[in-house]
Amino acid sequence: MLREGEYRNPSGCAISGIFSKEGKRIGGDTIIRSISTMHDRSNGLGGGFAGYGIYPQYKDLYAFHIFYDSPAAKETCEKFLERHFDIVNLSKIPVRKIPQITDEPLIWRYFVTPLHVKLADSQLDEKEFVARSVIRINTVIDGAYVFSSGKNMGVFKAVGFPEDVGNFYRLEEYEGYCWTAHGRYPTNTPGWWGGAHPFAMLDYSVVHNGEISSYDANRRAMEMHGYTCTLLTDTEVITYIIDYLLRKKGLTLTEMASVIAAPFWSTIEKKPPEEKERLTYLRTVFGSLLITGPFSILLGFDGGMMALNDRLKLRSMVVGEKDDMVYIASEECAIRIVEPELDRLWSPAGGEPVIVTLNDRR
Amino acid sequence: MTIDAQGLHFQPLNEAVRSAGSSPVVIEQCVGQRYIGSGLSEKTIEINGTPGNALGAYLDGAEIVVHGNAQDATGDTMNEGTICIHGSSGDATGYAMRGGSIWVRGSIGYRGGIHMKEYREKSPLLVVGETAGSFLGEYQAGGTIVVLGLHCEADKPVSNFCGMGMYGGRIYLRCRRPPSGLPDRLLCAEADEEDRAFLRPILTRFCELFGESLKDVEALPFYRITPDSRNPYKQLYVSN
Repeated sequence: MLREGEYRNPSGCAISGIFSKEGKRIGGDTIIRSISTMHDRSNGLGGGFAGYGIYPQYKDLYAFHIFYDSPAAKETCEKFLERHFDIVNLSKIPVRKIPQITDEPLIWRYFVTPLHVKLADSQLDEKEFVARSVIRINTVIDGAYVFSSGKNMGVFKAVGFPEDVGNFYRLEEYEGYCWTAHGRYPTNTPGWWGGAHPFAMLDYSVVHNGEISSYDANRRAMEMHGYTCTLLTDTEVITYIIDYLLRKKGLTLTEMASVIAAPFWSTIEKKPPEEKERLTYLRTVFGSLLITGPFSILLGFDGGMMALNDRLKLRSMVVGEKDDMVYIASEECAIRIVEPELDRLWSPAGGEPVIVTLNDRR
Repeated sequence: MTIDAQGLHFQPLNEAVRSAGSSPVVIEQCVGQRYIGSGLSEKTIEINGTPGNALGAYLDGAEIVVHGNAQDATGDTMNEGTICIHGSSGDATGYAMRGGSIWVRGSIGYRGGIHMKEYREKSPLLVVGETAGSFLGEYQAGGTIVVLGLHCEADKPVSNFCGMGMYGGRIYLRCRRPPSGLPDRLLCAEADEEDRAFLRPILTRFCELFGESLKDVEALPFYRITPDSRNPYKQLYVSN
């Protein structure tokens, strides 16, 4: 079968996110109920979830979730991991065999920490060491694909409708303070397990509804910074842009939003002087990272979640709040199904980031 | 007939609505089912909950009342009939409407009334009680949009790019002073006697539907926005 990166056919998708600011542990079955109300926004070619706070017993270790095409790929990849990491625990990710999900690869989970000597030799900081190792596996080891690599978080994804994917991965057995979900309707690429959302790098994960028209400009810019885009999907490049701006350039979430969803020059012109200067600076310095075309994304990260629409708001997104809970979804129904009575319901403007964080991380 | 929509996919739900013929239908516990009432005429549908996208698309004379919020593309290309929403409505409300009317007590999202059109006796109407998101009336070709800005403090009840690319029809905004920051290819003038006479029955109906006071609604000036045909729309995206 042709994969992402080898084939392009010319997206409607669904996204949903649930966040407890108090850090309450929410079962994975809740996010499945939410995303399943938007069943008709997907076509069965991809679904996935990211959960944060789900591995408290291993919270200081990187949790690698890896797809393997073959035992040989697994063997090669594990040799690589052994050379670079201390593997504290490894196991198959438990799944439930159901008729809706077929042709699964080998799916393994490793809790790892970089080997001190290797890390010191590399002269990299720990996160950069891990990120480079992930990119290395994904580009060099044929048949191995790391699809989750953060601490105390995990991505679960497959080809199928999202509710079936959640059932397959037995998500009701996990609990976290934040969940994001995606139902896929791929329009550009064939729909492979690795191409499902969320896309993740370290603790950043992105679910995305849309189809960006700046893909190639963004990809060329990111490749100059050492990110190899292998999948031809726009979500991959969005994930790398976010990782680059936040982790490497040290931008705040709000600044990052002003780069990727920069307002029109005519809108910037009308802002007060200080804001105008800030927006002009960001749009000038990071011009090639402006993402154009429709998108609505949910970014999960350690301790928080951010939602963002493109500057023209060409995709829908609503936010619901109830006590310490924040719900963000493509459609209101996906919120009402899990919380019928809300304190507040609203739609953020295009380019207006909505950022929620754990109360104890402020 | 009452239909409990809980757990029901949009197909059986809409089949049940159609099978009721011209008798009234009440839908309870609606959660996101799409296309409710699409293409229907001579019928009333009352919805409790959150109807899904494309509510009343291609509506052809039926009357829909929503106790709750509507999602995106409400009244897409509707031809005749009425949609009355007691909450708010999402993006692209009244998308490409060609007739009939949509009444929203709360606010609407982006691109309300995008590409509305009119032809002879067919002239659609979209009335919004509170505010409208950016690109209200984008590429509007006909019909009337009224935004009242009730219960909100902002200077104007609309956001950026109101009437961008508009080339027909009219938008009325209720606000204290002339709306600032409109695209420069539009004409904006305070409503005159003729406009007031045109608006009067619309505002009366709005107040009847949602229990607002006509006196309060008429207490602020209205501004009429129309395209400036001597200075037509050019392009937005390339230079921005």
